[in-house]
Amino acid sequence: MAGGAATGGSSTSDTYAEARTWLLLPAWVTLGILVLAPVAIMLVYSFLTKEFRGGVIWEFSLGAYDQFFCNRGLFGDEPCSIEWTYIQIFWRSIWQAGAATLLSLAIGFPTAYFIATRPPRQRTLWVFLVTIPYWVNLLIRTVSMKFLLRDEGPLNDFLTGTGLLSEPLAIVNTNFAVQLGLFYSYLPFMVLPIYAAVERYNFALSEAASDLYAPRWTVLRRILLPSVKPGIVAGCILVFVPSLGSFLAPDLLGGARNFMIGSLIEEQFKGNAGNWPFGAAASMILLTMVLIILLIFARQQAKAEG
Amino acid sequence: MKKLVTTAAALALTAGMASAEGKLVIYHWFEYIPQDLLDKFAEEHDVEVVMDTYDSNEALLASLKAGAIGTYDVAVPGDYMVQIMAGEGLLDTIEEGELANKGNIQPEWADPSFDPGRAHSIPYQWGSTSFAVNRDDFDGPIDSTDILFNPPAALSGKINMLDSQGEVMAMAALHMGIPQCSTDREQLKALNAMLQEAKQHWASFNSDTAKEVLVSGDASVGQIYDGFAAKARQEGANIEYAFPKQGYIVWMDNVVLLKDAPNRENALKFMDFLLEPENIAAVTNYARYVAGVDGVGPFLDPELAKQPESNPPADAGKGVFIEVCDQQTQEVYDQIWTNLKK
Repeated sequence: MAGGAATGGSSTSDTYAEARTWLLLPAWVTLGILVLAPVAIMLVYSFLTKEFRGGVIWEFSLGAYDQFFCNRGLFGDEPCSIEWTYIQIFWRSIWQAGAATLLSLAIGFPTAYFIATRPPRQRTLWVFLVTIPYWVNLLIRTVSMKFLLRDEGPLNDFLTGTGLLSEPLAIVNTNFAVQLGLFYSYLPFMVLPIYAAVERYNFALSEAASDLYAPRWTVLRRILLPSVKPGIVAGCILVFVPSLGSFLAPDLLGGARNFMIGSLIEEQFKGNAGNWPFGAAASMILLTMVLIILLIFARQQAKAEG
Repeated sequence: MKKLVTTAAALALTAGMASAEGKLVIYHWFEYIPQDLLDKFAEEHDVEVVMDTYDSNEALLASLKAGAIGTYDVAVPGDYMVQIMAGEGLLDTIEEGELANKGNIQPEWADPSFDPGRAHSIPYQWGSTSFAVNRDDFDGPIDSTDILFNPPAALSGKINMLDSQGEVMAMAALHMGIPQCSTDREQLKALNAMLQEAKQHWASFNSDTAKEVLVSGDASVGQIYDGFAAKARQEGANIEYAFPKQGYIVWMDNVVLLKDAPNRENALKFMDFLLEPENIAAVTNYARYVAGVDGVGPFLDPELAKQPESNPPADAGKGVFIEVCDQQTQEVYDQIWTNLKK
């Protein structure tokens, strides 16, 4: 997804320059209305004064950002010291999303490789199978996951029934349950881009390397992985970014004992707090963070491609 | 020929549907009104009924303030939220004589503090919020809020709280014997510390699945509404609903007429409909709470009168409504809530 766009004829493009402008118009309008406008609204709201019980007063205020970075005590009248609360919430979310991404990569890469190395006729079927669970609503899949992992669920019945464990393993309401939930929610986003990359990979290169006595590990590390890296990077981004903002899995599987970024932001709009500017500010900070991560990826990519 | 008849019939049918007197758009809690009753209203008044749902009073307020006002005709906020919504100018006034059945409202609910003179609302259901304990897991006494905030070892780590600031804070205030909107700094600090300590014993915060975690046995104790506890018991959970001596929360949900209701006429018809004993009794039979309308007795499921969730024992504490705090006080409570969940 990230890699394929660079190629294309340059000599013919002049002929179609005018047509292209018009053909791209829908894309630009969509980007403007669906991406830039909402972000602009968020940015503006984050600098407004909060209205009690939701809403904004149209007066400039840094209150939301002050609340994010400044700890002024329980009663809000102490001098500013560093506020760790929200940094801690952000760090927790990054860690959870990161773990879910690694888990997806560990399972997703072999899966994608397996599919891409089947005979062409079978591949469609395998891809189809990977996507089937995703016809079901995310909420239902997350709740089902909870039923599987419960103390008295099938997994624990199996573990205790076979004598592997004497006590059921407490998974629900732990961080691990959240990671599993996120992993399961977004796995196809890892499998599909990697599959697309491996499918395009020329396996003759691997054979050539083997013929030159490269061990299998070296072939994987120095030939295959660099070739399919764009797919891996795309997969990681597609899993990491939505995991970072999700609140279904943390609420249902993690027990909502601790805020994640997503639930913190949700609380500002749907909860008692009703602090829209703060919700907008937290969203802006999250967005900035994601942008920085994407830029780092993009620069590395550019470097690798020379 | 046969085909022609079918087509004609189909046309007639669509025409019939299109000629419905209009629409009624309801904004309601989840799992709180039987579909049969909505169908009955639709049929009696030839109205198309549409319903969206929300899962907390605060979510209702947020959605209306974010622009949904003008979309819905009626909503069903709890007591304190009626007061807040009226203050925010989100409610329309029911003029004298617009509701034929207004006289059916029980005298004790005809002039409540949260909506004097019932200017904007009619009673829907009332009940209590307390907690329920699984009697297979614990057989000791449960008449104290200690079960939630300072539980015995057997229950530690097996407690689900409602993911709702208002209900958790009000219960905590009862536990500590302090006012709900305290401005006393020492009391607020103690409240903050007490909740931090109590959280160590809590497994989860969940409102949507408050009933399911008790039925499935995932939680041994759950903060819960009385009707949900009764339903959980019906679904096979061996649970007992507690009336702690420190007190418990009482609430009343109310059908309100929203400002800029697109189908105001039908909204009023719906309110009149829900003030008829037979109809509101159907809600009570379904939701297992209590109606605020006279004459429902003959229509009620006889089991309801006996159900322990609706019959506090003599030594139960007082039932209290959730209070509405002013902005400055509320901000401290918001901070305590964030501290609790950070």
